Amino acid sequence: MNTLLTPFQFEFFRNGMVAAVLVGGLCGLIGVYIVLRGMSYIGHGLSHAIFGGAVVAFVLQINFYLGAGIWGFVAALLINQTVRHTRINADAAIGVVTTASFAVGVALISRYRRFTQSFDAALFGNILGVTATDVAVIVAVTFPVVLVVWWLYKQLLFTTFDAEVAQVYGVSTAWVETWFALVLAAAIIVSIQILGVTMIAAALVVPAITARLLTDSFHRMVAISTSLGAFTGLMGMYLSFYVDISSGATIVLLQALLFCLALFVLARRPNRLVQAEI
Amino acid sequence: MCQGRTRPSPNKSNLSVKPIIELTNVHFAYGSKVVLDDINLHLHPGQFAALAGPSGVGKTTLLKLILGLLQPVKGRIYRRENPPLRIAYVPQLETVDWNFPVTSEEVVLMGLTQRSGRWPWPRAAERQRARDILARLGIGELAQRHIRDLSSGQQQRVFLARALIAEPELLVLDEPTNGVDMPSSEGIFHWLAHLNQTGMTILLTTHDLNMAAAHVPWVICLNRAIIAQGRPETVLTEELLSRTYGGEMLVIRQNGLLFVQQRPHTHGYRDVLPEPVAGGVPGHNGR
Repeated sequence: MNTLLTPFQFEFFRNGMVAAVLVGGLCGLIGVYIVLRGMSYIGHGLSHAIFGGAVVAFVLQINFYLGAGIWGFVAALLINQTVRHTRINADAAIGVVTTASFAVGVALISRYRRFTQSFDAALFGNILGVTATDVAVIVAVTFPVVLVVWWLYKQLLFTTFDAEVAQVYGVSTAWVETWFALVLAAAIIVSIQILGVTMIAAALVVPAITARLLTDSFHRMVAISTSLGAFTGLMGMYLSFYVDISSGATIVLLQALLFCLALFVLARRPNRLVQAEI
Repeated sequence: MCQGRTRPSPNKSNLSVKPIIELTNVHFAYGSKVVLDDINLHLHPGQFAALAGPSGVGKTTLLKLILGLLQPVKGRIYRRENPPLRIAYVPQLETVDWNFPVTSEEVVLMGLTQRSGRWPWPRAAERQRARDILARLGIGELAQRHIRDLSSGQQQRVFLARALIAEPELLVLDEPTNGVDMPSSEGIFHWLAHLNQTGMTILLTTHDLNMAAAHVPWVICLNRAIIAQGRPETVLTEELLSRTYGGEMLVIRQNGLLFVQQRPHTHGYRDVLPEPVAGGVPGHNGR
């Protein structure tokens, strides 16, 4: 028993554990909407865009969360509006907006080489370097995001299912989209320090598609995806301590393993697998 | 549910009452392509009207203008605002994402989105209401089924139930019988006629002129502009339908019923084909 509790003696592990569970659950929750909107690559793209914002914030000497937050929100909004109001598909809009934004970051880094090192953590995550302040920021972001999703739950569901019809039924879809862009950007910004730009996409998408395989009900999909995200955050952190590999990678590998397990179980019920086409 | 074929009763709408929807000289275009030209249309409380016309002549666009989803390039659209008009919309089935993880009951409950509390899950009374409406539409046992597991007729009823739970004054339906088999189409039109008799204003688009003739008391023929509008027996004539559809239309009146059919094109085969022979049906090249 003592051996199992050993990691908790270390403050860095306790901080990392809390951060991983919150970020995992948050990504699992937001991921449901991302997957169902056919925007699976937005996590990948937006995290790159926010990386650009983080560099700009550094150059302008403003707070990371503020600079990256505004940048990410504007990028998410631009993608949403481009998809809604033009003939451009989500993948193309994500490609244009986010790569251009990432390129800004790369251009600035190549111009001011002195701070290249400090962005390694943003690219690959540094869960073990999470401080008590970082945990406080994650908590401070997670609760408002959950509150917004709770408050707009039915509006978000209707807008995600059919935005045009939702509008006829009185849903202010423009506001819903704006709030969603805001919570998406917030979720990615707090996750970027933990999982890194390269792992966020998987953390957003894998729990949600695993949940989609397991249920045909939206409510259950939200519950399963959020739980899977939090659970894999917890177990991934724990495992990474013993197997001595990167925590972000362990969390994502665990999520991928659960996805494969769900596929394997459903492969024995082929009709169910076809129905859950994503 | 009502059974048997019914003739449309005289429209119960009171034409002296101020319309709830009024389009005046409305024009609409996608870029340089004119879709609707000089549309003048009134929709009165209690009216039951069908928009008929071939594909691509602006029927759905006209619905979207009425619903406020599109804005006219020119002209004016009035929607009653005091009190605000409660509108429900049933879109074409082909626009629905059938892979979306929702059960029939969850779809129906979407109709209560703006009238329900902020609690993410529905109250017991709301769920009961959704189940009651599904039961009234004859699909109560399908409440927990995923929408893709239903037949087209059942799917259409689920979306009709979503509209009904919102208790609309105006119900707008885009091709409610598209892809639906004939008995289900009949059932849907019977339901709409029944709803209209309870006072609901209904506007739909349809390709099924025979169903419209049998059940809908007001038909609007559209082909970019309004060609004609009125009771089916005055509007569904060979001359007006030929102008609307651009082809030769055949209208048959029998036993008080009205049947519309596009005159079949024989390609001249009947003149050259030999009479069918016993033991085989020859092709038109004689083999």
